[in-house]
Amino acid sequence: MAGSNPNAKPMNLTLKVWRQKNRISEGGIVDYKVKDISPDMSFLEMLDVLNEDLLRQGQEPVAFDHDCREGICGSCNLFINGRAHGPEQGTTTCQLHMRKFSDGDTITIEPWRASAFPLNKDLSVDRSAFDRIIQAGGYVSINTGGTPDANEIPIPKNIADRAFEAATCIGCGACVAACKNASAMLFVSAKVSQLALLPQGHVERKTRVENMVAQMDKEGFGACTNIGSCAAECPVGISLENIATLNQEFLSAKATSNNLA
Amino acid sequence: MVLDSKLPEGPIAEKWEKHKFNVKLVNPSNKRKYDIIVVGTGLAGASAAASLAELGYNVKAFTFHDSPRRAHSIAAQGGINAAKNYQNDGDSVYRLFYDTVKGGDYRSREANVYRLAQVSVNIIDQCVAQGVPFAREYGGLLANRSFGGAQVSRTFYARGQTGQQLLLGAYSALSRQVAYGKVKLYTRSEMLDLVTVDGQARGIITRNLLTGEIEQHAAHAVVLATGGYGNVFFLSTNAMYCNATAAWRAHKKGAYFANPCFTQIHPTCIPVSGDYQSKLTLMSESLRNDGRVWVPATKETAERLRKGEINVNDIAEADRDYFLERKYPAFGNLVPRDVASRNAKLMCDEGKGVGSTGLAVYLDFADVIKRTSAEAVSQKYGNLFDMYAKITGENPYERPMRIYPAVHYTMGGLWVDYNLQTTVKGLYATGECNFSDHGANRLGASALMQGLADGYFVIPYTIGDYLASTPPKPVTTEDPAFAEATAAVQARVQQMMSINGTRTPDDFHKKLGNLMWEYCGMSRNAEGLRYAKKEIQQLKKEFWSDLKLAGTELEMNQALEKAGRVADFIELGELMVDDALDRNESCGGHFREEYQTPEGEALRNDDDYAYVAAWEYVGENQPEKLNKEELTFENVKLTQRSYK
Repeated sequence: MAGSNPNAKPMNLTLKVWRQKNRISEGGIVDYKVKDISPDMSFLEMLDVLNEDLLRQGQEPVAFDHDCREGICGSCNLFINGRAHGPEQGTTTCQLHMRKFSDGDTITIEPWRASAFPLNKDLSVDRSAFDRIIQAGGYVSINTGGTPDANEIPIPKNIADRAFEAATCIGCGACVAACKNASAMLFVSAKVSQLALLPQGHVERKTRVENMVAQMDKEGFGACTNIGSCAAECPVGISLENIATLNQEFLSAKATSNNLA
Repeated sequence: MVLDSKLPEGPIAEKWEKHKFNVKLVNPSNKRKYDIIVVGTGLAGASAAASLAELGYNVKAFTFHDSPRRAHSIAAQGGINAAKNYQNDGDSVYRLFYDTVKGGDYRSREANVYRLAQVSVNIIDQCVAQGVPFAREYGGLLANRSFGGAQVSRTFYARGQTGQQLLLGAYSALSRQVAYGKVKLYTRSEMLDLVTVDGQARGIITRNLLTGEIEQHAAHAVVLATGGYGNVFFLSTNAMYCNATAAWRAHKKGAYFANPCFTQIHPTCIPVSGDYQSKLTLMSESLRNDGRVWVPATKETAERLRKGEINVNDIAEADRDYFLERKYPAFGNLVPRDVASRNAKLMCDEGKGVGSTGLAVYLDFADVIKRTSAEAVSQKYGNLFDMYAKITGENPYERPMRIYPAVHYTMGGLWVDYNLQTTVKGLYATGECNFSDHGANRLGASALMQGLADGYFVIPYTIGDYLASTPPKPVTTEDPAFAEATAAVQARVQQMMSINGTRTPDDFHKKLGNLMWEYCGMSRNAEGLRYAKKEIQQLKKEFWSDLKLAGTELEMNQALEKAGRVADFIELGELMVDDALDRNESCGGHFREEYQTPEGEALRNDDDYAYVAAWEYVGENQPEKLNKEELTFENVKLTQRSYK
């Protein structure tokens, strides 16, 4: 059964995959060959083929995180040929298809590398630092019930749209993986911008940005040096402007708060 | 056991209000003495966990993901219904209620659905207050769009990512409670069993997916918000990890499973391209607002098209069959999902399907692009078009999309009463995990509504009624029931690890999926179902004698995780077949070929089958016992559904 491109020929590939048993053991690159890969396969389906082969031979399959395979859950996180989520711009690993590669290619597959994302096994890393940053302030402090009618506060469409754009971050961590400093500024700035733009978020604007940035630092993410790799590699196109907003929000919060630490 | 749905007395519009007054309350200073376990952190779970913690209960929230934000609610695209009537187009709570009962082909409980419609308006207020960036008009007010099965515009949306935005809203509320210490979050923890003490839910057994450790957790009540079981079919639009294990384990501990055969096949998915296919991708139903569904009018044209002798854009208007518009002039391309899916299959069965496999129909945007512009279409559906292009390598702005139905949602689930309590005391089920609101077919944009309704606005009231009659004494894992359940879970894991056969978990899963899709999918018949039952029983034997795994159970082992889920899918698959065989009628997503009208529409049998089939587990390899909850309709008149 061919898909959209009946002329596309199956491919044979060499994979160089990072294997590491657990956080404390030593890891390394292992070479595998995969055969008859259809160009219509997704990258993860190609890894499924490898894993089925390995398991049938009694070897441990390669561990990697994935779930929705629709580019929205943010689970998948492979560093492919030196790029977060691989060669296709604006695309998560799960939405990358093998038609972007050629027969005979060698593909290197590594995990996200950042000290704030410790490794679990093979290609799976721990991104709970992102959760802790959101827990530090990435919300509006309201309880369930007792909220005003949804149309009570009109929000200009352009503002709502900008907030939406920032809110589309999928929390995959590609920004951190792409950054030479392993900075999480793009991730943090997306949430800060979304809530700073909306009237609902204004009440806690200052404490939010201070607390989220403090947590970001505590987790061990690096500093931002305005290179822009994060935005260039972001699969959902979170804009670098958000980092400018974050800096602005942070400075104005610090300048007017009592917390000058 | 007689099924008591605990429906409140009185006129339908007053039931919920009265019930809220009648339920017992836990006084504020006592709430902190109660522990509640919430399994699952999607819309239904995160909203429940956050809301219960806000009330003062101690919540333990479990997810098998690395973060609550990964739950599959995130992938819902189109929108969320609410009876706000912001569009002044005749919507009301009653109309949303009516549409949902009718859309569900009269197999849901009136009172539950009415409550759902009532609280739908609160959900939108709640989400906006959280900072969920819904689409807005230029005047700054919220925008709406229409959806299948409705003639009003009541769907709120955030481009094609409504589920993502709603989940991130619930996740933010949950995160806030984690920061306050009111929710303890357990990530990468999979529930493998329910613990009951004296017939009451008292805790769960989990496996830590990083270390393989089996852990015990006790609480005064357990809420399952673990989603649906569409992955029984192997190929579905569900995420890869979606599974039925928590619900199925609870079922085996006494929770009845209701209407398992009611599965929804979504009409607009990207067709299968090869045997390696791991999942299917949905194209939001909202696309049917502007896209027109068609196939070539004749078999011959379709054949030439499949062979590549002609190009789709060269087919003249007269040679196209816009079959939904032709057959259902009133609703056209916006007929409910089951009707749209069945008709697509019908066209393909007649040999008019397109694409290299012949298992696809067109969804064409040429008209709307001509009427407005490609840019306007991109504004509305940009991300969906991009996704289609990435997966298929084709440009949907230039040639029509190819779509085909795929399993998407399961209306069946754990049986719950009006309080969302299962047949096990202290065990609740919310969201897709329960069976309650969608009958035999769910309307578009109603899953998000139900998940959030249950979590934000129903369970916080109803769980108090149970807890108030439970002493606020600390619960521990000391009861022998915990040790027993732990030993059983460990034994099962070790058994799977020690089979050392030749076939992988995926191998069994694919086999099961093929059987289910072929014989218990879009259309079913008694003969096929009987055949499938035998095959599934055989598959179960093969699974437990020929499974192949690697590594150990005391480490991250994704194949082992998968194996446990497949083992449960196999058993649930058999129950789905039993249920489909019992229901000698066609309704909603359940189409039995023996029961159709002369025009080929679903033929219900209200005299004999207006009931909820609640299946009771009685023992390993024994036929399950059928319990019936008769459905009575006092407000909606049962009619043959017509979308003509």
